[in-house]
Amino acid sequence: MTGVLPVTLEEATKTVQALLHSGKEYICVMKLHGDATEKRVGEVLKEFEDTIYQRPPLRASVKRQLRTRRIYYIDFLEKEKRNVLFKVGCEGGTYIRKLCYDIGEVLGCGAHMQELRRTRAGPFIENGDIVRLHDVAYWFMEWQQKKDERMLRKFIQPMENALTLIPKIYVRDSAVDAVCHGASLTAPGVVSIEGGVSKGSLVAVLTLKGEAVALARAVVATERVLNMEHGIVARVERVLMPRGTYPKAWRSGET
Amino acid sequence: MPRSLAPWEIERKLLVKAEDKTNPRYGCRPEERSAEEYIRYGVINLDKPAGPTSHEVAAWVKRILALQQVGHGGTLEA
Repeated sequence: MTGVLPVTLEEATKTVQALLHSGKEYICVMKLHGDATEKRVGEVLKEFEDTIYQRPPLRASVKRQLRTRRIYYIDFLEKEKRNVLFKVGCEGGTYIRKLCYDIGEVLGCGAHMQELRRTRAGPFIENGDIVRLHDVAYWFMEWQQKKDERMLRKFIQPMENALTLIPKIYVRDSAVDAVCHGASLTAPGVVSIEGGVSKGSLVAVLTLKGEAVALARAVVATERVLNMEHGIVARVERVLMPRGTYPKAWRSGET
Repeated sequence: MPRSLAPWEIERKLLVKAEDKTNPRYGCRPEERSAEEYIRYGVINLDKPAGPTSHEVAAWVKRILALQQVGHGGTLEA
């Protein structure tokens, strides 16, 4: 199976949590074990555009308990004999092999996954900036020889790009170092916040220069944050920026 | 019932709570990081080849770039 596999380097590895929650898109060839009309296949695919139940397969890296996964969309593209091509947008952790099996069961004839290509992993898509392993090896070697930073930009992106699909909160310089030390983000530190944050949302905390400071869990919704004068806005889950990047503007000890 | 939107279909508006400026003396815009930092805080949008596992592919990147740690955003089977 091929396609979009974002690889995080060194410190950027702390952002994978955001990627795992950002959804995936695949193009799949499903092989039917019997005959079915194009119309019927299209109808059955649409039935799966919903919250579905899946038990992870025998060979899985997670506990095998029944879990729900959302299928955001599933679009029929083509059918040739018993091969069906479709596109599916789904929650991270959806097993497409299982999905094909289940579609086959509903169709009655049975089916299995023949080919799979991931066309999106969160904000990363297969068009434009996707690179192959040999591009990585080639541009890295070029960079080592010429020390021209443009070579690195041919295949590496800032980790902030991994956070583009989760809601963002921009904070003042004076709030940055406390967050780097794991302190909760409080209302006075917030400069701006994206809409759609609800209690419990995973959010990205960024500086006004656009640097990622931390991944955090919102305690209150966007609307509340805008009117808050004090109190906790989000609790830090993963610090992404090293301490001391911004000056310490908070007092320790007795308050 | 309307279907739920995929994360990339959701449009988010930035709402301003306060005005403030950032001091250029501290930190830097992600695109302006030094080469070493650019790598340390970098992500590669890799096209996984068929055959090896996601884990193996990530390990190759780690070896090519001589890094200590890499991760990947969701297993894509071999």
